[in-house]
Amino acid sequence: MISDRYKSYKRIYADNAATTKMGKSAIDAMLPYMDGIYGNPSSLHSEGQKAAEALVNARERIAACLGCTAREITFTSGGSEADNQAIVSAARLGERKGKKHIISTAFEHHAVLHTLEKLKNQGFEITLLDVHENGLVSAAEVEQAIRPDTCLVTVMYANNEIGTVQPVSEIGAVCRERGVIFHTDAVQAVGHLCIDVQKQNIDMLSLSAHKFHGPKGIGVLCARKGILLSNLIEGGAQERGKRAGTENIPAIMGMAAALEEACANMDENAQRLTSLRDKLIDGLSQIPHSVLNGDAQKRLPGNVSFCFEGIEGESLLLLLDDKGVCASSGSACTSGSLDPSHVLLAIGRVHDIAHGSLRLSLSAENTDEEIEYIIKSVKEVVEYLRGISPIWRDLVSGKKEFIIK
Amino acid sequence: MALYSEKVMDHFRNPRNVGVIENADGVGEVGNAKCGDIMKIYLKIENDTIVDVKFETFGCGSAIASSSMATELIKGKPVSEALSLTNKAVAEALDGLPAHKLHCSVLAEEAIKSALKDYYDKNGIEYDRGIFPDCESCGHCCEI
Repeated sequence: MISDRYKSYKRIYADNAATTKMGKSAIDAMLPYMDGIYGNPSSLHSEGQKAAEALVNARERIAACLGCTAREITFTSGGSEADNQAIVSAARLGERKGKKHIISTAFEHHAVLHTLEKLKNQGFEITLLDVHENGLVSAAEVEQAIRPDTCLVTVMYANNEIGTVQPVSEIGAVCRERGVIFHTDAVQAVGHLCIDVQKQNIDMLSLSAHKFHGPKGIGVLCARKGILLSNLIEGGAQERGKRAGTENIPAIMGMAAALEEACANMDENAQRLTSLRDKLIDGLSQIPHSVLNGDAQKRLPGNVSFCFEGIEGESLLLLLDDKGVCASSGSACTSGSLDPSHVLLAIGRVHDIAHGSLRLSLSAENTDEEIEYIIKSVKEVVEYLRGISPIWRDLVSGKKEFIIK
Repeated sequence: MALYSEKVMDHFRNPRNVGVIENADGVGEVGNAKCGDIMKIYLKIENDTIVDVKFETFGCGSAIASSSMATELIKGKPVSEALSLTNKAVAEALDGLPAHKLHCSVLAEEAIKSALKDYYDKNGIEYDRGIFPDCESCGHCCEI
């Protein structure tokens, strides 16, 4: 039954913040390293050395896209591992000097928040900065929070749910001036926004290939020379001894190709996406008692996040899926917990509203027609679900007051 | 495997008995918006039989499907039978629910009991309070 419905509509993919479709150039870049050049880069024979050369080449190309040196690149299994390793490394460095205070924000990815929670149990003190209703922290707020015993500031480059882009360069400058390591989880930003770690004073940066049309299961921790990394995975001399395990050469080659392509087309894509995004925001804003989450301007080119009063997110997603639209939500029900998204709560959305959230994240493949179809579909589904919602009845009849005016 | 059974998806996509009964003999509303589901059940009762039932639900796919299935299970049945409807029966009739969604079937059971209690109260019918547990007793969402 589900498959019948699946077939009856053209599919529109608007969940690129979750993952992206792989690009052809990335797939093409991977294939030779699966059948032809399959050697282990640690092997001394020619097959191994060819793989080692490819690894050197990919590392240099990725470094060039980020404005760092090849030595500063450590390949990881993805963004979560990179976040974990960055934070644990800075904590260990701080600990040695008796510095056990870390600054972050309330709406980081769980790869960051859960690592911080672990460190808290080990005696670290964590300050989570308020991200305000617009989903932005300021460099001044970071500066005020820095103490003599602060060993790390970790602030995400762009939020994965509401898409807000933080003033990373300014935060980097503040941290550099105060001698505190600055890490940014740039998983949603790399390949979409212009990044130069050196110019932006970023000491450590995490990225994940599958967010910019590369393969899944591969990422990078970029760490400035002089920052000693602590191992999460022991057992080999790979990655200068900082991350054991035979390198995933096909994925690394795919990531390098995808990143180069994303950076080469960045301006053009950003311009196109911003226009599609704003059209989508305008269309959805027409739905009564709806609200855009996060600053309207300082957000990722492809991110649209809304809350609709009186409905629940999972039902919205399932019915949109029936109409061919792939979207996601910050809603609790999808994640198996009853709590709504910590991101939406962090920007001050109350529980009642946070349950009715929708995230649409676009790619350059989306078209104007698709945006129009999405707007029409969301309007229909929201109206239908409100029609069967007892809360909506109470709101409309005046028994309860609207939270979103 | 998909998140939900085909039966859940069928009741979610084509919910039975959606709506309102004006001047209902019993109305019950359980859950709260904070935890993401509210169910409201309306009953029309004649000669100790549920002659009509409607529901309104704010909630996830399984909450809507559970309400729909629960109304189907009690429609046309004697009040005593509706009173003994369990969340397990609702979940089973839907060919199962994911573990973290079982509370939706609990909510459906509670909504029906709450509507029946309202019917008893409105009509001054004596009943054993023990058969109507407090909503709070399930504790699935009131912690928030």
